[in-house]
Amino acid sequence: MTPLHYYLIFAALLFSVGLAGALMRRNAILVLIGIELMLNAANLNFIAFWRYSPTANELVGLMFVLFSIGIAAAEAAVGLAIIISIYRHHRSTQLQHVDRLKG
Amino acid sequence: MRMLSDIPIAFLMIAAVTLVSAVCAMSLRNLVHCGLCLVLTFVGLAATYLHLSAEFVGFAQVLVYVGAVAILIVFTILLTRNAEVTLSPVSQSSLVGLGIAIAVCGSLVLPLVTSPSLRRLPAQSLAPDAQVQRIGEKLMAQYVIPLEALALVLTAAMIGAVVIAMRDDPERNDPSPSPQNQKDTGSVSNSPAGTALNSSSSTSSSQRP
Amino acid sequence: METLDQIFVLAKHWLVARVPEPLAWLATILLSIGPLITVFASCFAITTIVERKALGRIQNRFGPNRVGPFGLLQPLADGLKMLIKEDLVPAQADKVVHLLAPFALVVPAWLTFSVLPFGRNMTVIDLDAGLLFFFAVGASSELAVFMAGWSSRNKYALMGAMRGIAQMISYEVPLVLSTVAVVMSVGSLSLPSIVEAQSAYVFGMPTWHVFTPWGLSGFILFLIAGAAEANRAPFDLPEAESEIIAGYLTEYSGFKYALFFMGEYLGLFAITGMGITLFLGGWTAPVSFLATTPSWFWFFAKFGAIIALFIWVRGTVPRLRMDQLMKFAWKFLVPLTLVNLVVAAFWHFSGTWQFPGAIFARWLLGAGFIGGAYVTLGRALHTNQFPPRVYAYAE
Repeated sequence: MTPLHYYLIFAALLFSVGLAGALMRRNAILVLIGIELMLNAANLNFIAFWRYSPTANELVGLMFVLFSIGIAAAEAAVGLAIIISIYRHHRSTQLQHVDRLKG
Repeated sequence: MRMLSDIPIAFLMIAAVTLVSAVCAMSLRNLVHCGLCLVLTFVGLAATYLHLSAEFVGFAQVLVYVGAVAILIVFTILLTRNAEVTLSPVSQSSLVGLGIAIAVCGSLVLPLVTSPSLRRLPAQSLAPDAQVQRIGEKLMAQYVIPLEALALVLTAAMIGAVVIAMRDDPERNDPSPSPQNQKDTGSVSNSPAGTALNSSSSTSSSQRP
Repeated sequence: METLDQIFVLAKHWLVARVPEPLAWLATILLSIGPLITVFASCFAITTIVERKALGRIQNRFGPNRVGPFGLLQPLADGLKMLIKEDLVPAQADKVVHLLAPFALVVPAWLTFSVLPFGRNMTVIDLDAGLLFFFAVGASSELAVFMAGWSSRNKYALMGAMRGIAQMISYEVPLVLSTVAVVMSVGSLSLPSIVEAQSAYVFGMPTWHVFTPWGLSGFILFLIAGAAEANRAPFDLPEAESEIIAGYLTEYSGFKYALFFMGEYLGLFAITGMGITLFLGGWTAPVSFLATTPSWFWFFAKFGAIIALFIWVRGTVPRLRMDQLMKFAWKFLVPLTLVNLVVAAFWHFSGTWQFPGAIFARWLLGAGFIGGAYVTLGRALHTNQFPPRVYAYAE
């Protein structure tokens, strides 16, 4: 079996990649992709801790991830709808072009 | 020197593919390639869940992320005419972002590497009893209120997404041949996919040079 | 009889026992995958020739009759032609994605077969969440369609891909919802146990799900949504040759085209196998005195019958228009599948009724409910006022 900290390091690296992308890239869609990656890294942590916990049969971590996947789907749908409507207003999805409060 | 069998080869392979595709998803110039790399990342994560004997979550991950979220993302990329744009390279100010990310990465990984309590093996070597039937019973008994709340959230998000993405002024935007028809399909299909379809049929003829 | 029923399982065990111990796992895997690929690849070849022949007859012509006796070697000739054709890639195309798209379609299509029970004890892997696996893997074919359409740099390919994805997303909802009724009734996502639940006989008649009101309507809804999911006529808009050349297949030729072609047929086979498993009792025999006949024979007999039905439908039903397609999915199929869930719940809870003729009362109520919903929805959606057609780009 793989020791627990392998999974945790993997999740930490994935989180950092997502964070770096969300901070560095200027395109709204890429920022959203970065956020999805960070969310998935958190899910991986939940599953890893669930598998390695002494009370794994209670399925707590598993349930959390199931709900988290549902929330992520809702988040992606709304986020992308917002990006589409931003594109309609500004003809761009580059975040530096979207700096006016007045639409 | 450790034994060869101690090295978790399967895990390392999955993790390497997932991380490399994640880095590609965040750094490639073409947005569609980013979206496709993201799919590979999601599949790698699903494989990791299977490796952790969480079958149901792994399949749900593929169904939701590959089947829905990734498709939504590539649709949005096409809709916002980003498929042809090659993005500008990383600018000076975003180096600050990279610095922050590296700092976060270091502060996360260092404690993980040094902490001895995390170098443990599963408390039970057999796979936990995560039969679908037990998950269903838990969802319907102990977690029924979160489940109902999630149903509400999803319904609200679906309606919200349609309302936000729907064209609010059809007469201004495009010379659509039959506005009646367009509005009809847009409200039916309940997802940005339906809207995407309308715009694509009216714009894609001008999209290609 | 027992031996004949289990002949493939026994043969596999006999062969695995001949292999040295360290390689036994590899032999098990190969002996599960190999026959699967062989059988369904030959099913693909047979289906293509049968379909072309049958379509020819429906359209009052002969169909292929030149290669071999009665043209039966046509698939071989087609395969050879595809293999030796030049593989053209457009100069502007995204080469890597263009290359990966056919594989992204074919590999998941093969994976879906791994959970289907083809006979008693003949499932490659009996997953606890087999049904979920089937739909999760099947969902990734949308991505292959997108990759093919986008990477071709062709506006018809892109339009075909857009149509294909919109159609697949829309029809996946009724497809999954119509299977939920079965899951509710059986209480399991594992496909072998779904078949086991239908293997009993009452008065010599099987207890298949299709012989219940919710099962009958669910089966029909499943077949319609499945045909759309597999891009079959009358839902073959993504590759409608009279409108957008060949859709996302426009820029494919040679071996890659053959892979796409095979992927589509494999998708159809997978949907057919799933429909048989869920509603038609899988490998169980249709009458009790035939219950000792080989189980795999019944699976493939039902399989052939459903494929023949699909060919017949392709020959007779005209293609839908895009807005009709969307309207049909979201306004008609989805509400009907939801009503079907309610009927399934009613059927389950009225199982305790004891008075004489209870079965008829249950049938009448269940069928009346779903039939009433069908008539009401049909009336509500039917309008004679079509807006005049406007040809925006043709004037």
